[in-house]
Amino acid sequence: MHRFANPTQFMRIANAIYPWVAGVAILCFLFGLPIALITSPADYQQGNTVRILYLHVPAAVLAEMIYYAMAAGSAAYLIWRHPMANLVAKASAPMGAMFTALCLICGMLWGEPMWGTFWVWDARLTSTLIMFFFYLGYLALGDAFEDPERGDRASAILALVGVVNVPIIKFSVNWWNTLHQPASLSLTKSNMSGDMLLPLFLMMGAYAAFYVTVLIIRVRSELLAAKIRNARMSQIAAMPQMAE
Amino acid sequence: MDAFRDFLDMGGYAVWVWSAYGISALSLIGMLVWSVRTLKARQKEFDVLKNSRG
Repeated sequence: MHRFANPTQFMRIANAIYPWVAGVAILCFLFGLPIALITSPADYQQGNTVRILYLHVPAAVLAEMIYYAMAAGSAAYLIWRHPMANLVAKASAPMGAMFTALCLICGMLWGEPMWGTFWVWDARLTSTLIMFFFYLGYLALGDAFEDPERGDRASAILALVGVVNVPIIKFSVNWWNTLHQPASLSLTKSNMSGDMLLPLFLMMGAYAAFYVTVLIIRVRSELLAAKIRNARMSQIAAMPQMAE
Repeated sequence: MDAFRDFLDMGGYAVWVWSAYGISALSLIGMLVWSVRTLKARQKEFDVLKNSRG
């Protein structure tokens, strides 16, 4: 794992996988979208609104996975001072916030025609909204200090505090009564027909590959920002007479 | 043509289905464009800094 702590090493691996994950994302969207929108069957109870599932569920899965990634990166940063782990967490946060928002919006657009309401304050929806606020808090806190390192540490701690909320999202449908349906999929069994599983897996693959692709772009960008900061610092240090 | 109209109509749920797909598409494209633009801007800024130092 410490191998990845070196930016050069990290970027070598990232650049090697970059065209592959970008290709997987494009292929999964290319096959997944027509199946999700056209060839997959309408649900016998929910009609065509079931097609929102192929966006809502992948967004939810990615939102949670990215939170775990962000928390793991933050932990590695706080414990071992791994700068790369922190950059991965920082590069992930905006995408995590986006997927959480998409999960909530698509869920609302599905809830209104099926449940008769956009929103209920039940455990599943509320804990997902709380995760969204943790993402926003992480992003805001990182920029709230003049010293970027203090901001990074504060937001990393916030990411770790919020990680207890994520399993609550997952188990909330089993622990409490809710309008939200429980999970249809687990590692061992599925209550879904294959016609619906295929577009769901393709869209999950598309979202996951999209995340990794954009993550690599954003980590590159974060590395450059750090280089720019260092170059500025050494420029200022090189001309002391200008300070007066 | 009827098949296409049926497809757009989404069994009467057009508003919900198409807004979900539209908002998702715009968000993902927006995230990609924003990330690529930031990277390019920083690359440019870094190149200028490097050249100015000689």
